[in-house]
Amino acid sequence: MTQTFVILTVLAYVSSMGLYLRFLYSGKELTGRFATLLMFLGLVAHYLALLMRARGTHTVPYHDLQGSMSLFGWLLAITYLCLEIYHRERTVGAFVLPVILAFFFAAYLMPEHANAPTTVHGVVFALHVTLSILAYAAFALSCVLSLMYLAEERVLRMRRLGEVVWRLPSLELLERMSHTSVLVGLITIVVGTSLGFIAVDQQITEHYSYFDPKYLFTLFVLALYAIYFRLARTGAWRGARASKLCVFNFIFVVLSFTVVNLYFSQHHRYF
Amino acid sequence: MELVLVGLNFRTAPLEVREKASFSDEQAMRAAGELRSRGILEETLVLSTCNRSEVYGVNANANRESAAALSTYLSQFHELQPDVLNPSLYHHYDHDVVRHIYRVSAGLESMFLGEAEILGQVRDAYLRAQEGRITGPVLNRLFQAALEVGKRVRAETELGTRPMGVASAGMKLAERIFGRLKDRSALVLGAGTISEQVISQLRDRNIGHLYLSNRSREKAEEFAAQYKGQVMEWGEWDAALKLPDVIVSAVGVQEPLLTRPLIERAMAARGNRALFLMDLGLPRNIAPAVSELYNTFLYSVDDLTEIVQQNRDARQNEVPKAEALVEEHVGKFISWQASVELIGVMDTLRGSMKERRAAFLHEKLSGMNHFSPEDREHLAILMDELIERLLIAPAERLRMEKELRKKIQSLEAIRDLYLSGREKP
Repeated sequence: MTQTFVILTVLAYVSSMGLYLRFLYSGKELTGRFATLLMFLGLVAHYLALLMRARGTHTVPYHDLQGSMSLFGWLLAITYLCLEIYHRERTVGAFVLPVILAFFFAAYLMPEHANAPTTVHGVVFALHVTLSILAYAAFALSCVLSLMYLAEERVLRMRRLGEVVWRLPSLELLERMSHTSVLVGLITIVVGTSLGFIAVDQQITEHYSYFDPKYLFTLFVLALYAIYFRLARTGAWRGARASKLCVFNFIFVVLSFTVVNLYFSQHHRYF
Repeated sequence: MELVLVGLNFRTAPLEVREKASFSDEQAMRAAGELRSRGILEETLVLSTCNRSEVYGVNANANRESAAALSTYLSQFHELQPDVLNPSLYHHYDHDVVRHIYRVSAGLESMFLGEAEILGQVRDAYLRAQEGRITGPVLNRLFQAALEVGKRVRAETELGTRPMGVASAGMKLAERIFGRLKDRSALVLGAGTISEQVISQLRDRNIGHLYLSNRSREKAEEFAAQYKGQVMEWGEWDAALKLPDVIVSAVGVQEPLLTRPLIERAMAARGNRALFLMDLGLPRNIAPAVSELYNTFLYSVDDLTEIVQQNRDARQNEVPKAEALVEEHVGKFISWQASVELIGVMDTLRGSMKERRAAFLHEKLSGMNHFSPEDREHLAILMDELIERLLIAPAERLRMEKELRKKIQSLEAIRDLYLSGREKP
């Protein structure tokens, strides 16, 4: 059953990406609407694939690396779709879907990881993990938007306009979308981290301690994005500089998700 | 029922002839009315834009001489000598008229390939003619289809997506930076023709605030009154440059008017918010070094011309797609026209057969006195039924089956077979 939903998810996402690309070149409204519809259907299928997998393994999706990556892809898709509806801008879909698909494929193609962390239960803990991954997804989206900004800005400054540049969102819209995405990330990471401390407080005697390098690194990432959010509105930084900073910050998110989780953290292996 | 078109355009006529041969709305309606009242055309429509003047019509008598009559009428109407006007005129008939108006509507016959304005002009001309009740079923069908072709070409091809003029290319580029210009402000330096074109583009895009500055304040005020702008003092650049998001300069200067230090100060004053600069002056009005400043986007005439040229090439690549759409709709119109003509032919054929039946019965039964009037009437009814069976069933099939109609290459054959020597429908 899980396999069916995985195939449906891939089909929906790949078709959606194809339509988003076609929309980027043709600008046909109907194509764009179908792309969004397929993305939504992909989200539903992806959710069911996550659900079936969790039922099969009798645990939460973020129990292992595969589940965490798949959940990351799903939350990235949700964040993007909300952003698309909020800003009424579809052309970004063609750039975000490859990232979503990459995470989805990686999650389902990589071999099962033997070294799974201790299972922890509880609503607070589940919310902590989900919101933290959502924050990472929002930061990933802001990184994609910033890269788009930098590429479009370069094309405009070099005056080498190609086929697609006329259909891309304006630089200011990309900047606004990136801000919205970072704002979502900041709110969710603050709430998620706070819930993490509460969860630790509840389960301190069982599995967790207050001393985990992941906490410090998360606070560092939070500080970096808070700085970005502040600087991006100042005269000296708005525009390309802020976008570069956003891309730079995301390097630390990736570090947090990989190096810190795998080599430094005791309790945050996959999220 | 024949379609006829007589007209001239920028390819066939010089500007001075086009000017004289153009129609105002009132003239277009008057000419159409006269063409109908004189019996030259049955249905008529005049399309007149700055690049073309064309008279479309349906000729009741299927007589190509009406084109000559139309040419004569046009030279009389515009008081132009035939030897001046006639070399510029082109004549099209039937399917070529259909193809021509579809191409016009698609922007394939425009000076700027794929321009959008022509579709609106065709729509306006059609609506005016329709209101004036000077069109009929054929022209209504033709122009409704032409509008559909125009819309499809713009929706399904890239023919009309890219800007073709320097001013509109500049505005499109500004939109790449700011999005909609509704909440933005622009400063236009200069009050010449180019500035006017730019202001018109800005107004089309509902620019939030328009500032104008010119050496002659009087001219700037004239522009400001006309376009609802605000005049900025010429030379007081520090005050003027910090406000707008878009700056367009098109003035005659020997040295750059807007130097790097000036724009640097302006950027500092506006908190480094993006600034779009369009330099349409020759020699250049804005120092090229301005483009090195953070968050400024400077485009010169050469940059914009190159973009326009790229767009022109890209549009040219879309022509085959647009032409395929035009041909698809020409086919549809021909098919519709054939079905309408078929109904006319069949009606005449039925009338003719009934006449012959009456004459035949009269001739054959004249010596047969034993037939009572009831019998004669009964015979007539039977023969009518036979005619209906022989004629109407195939006609119905012809009407319903498009493929069958295609097989009959020309309805003229039926006309000649059955209606030779009679008046054609």
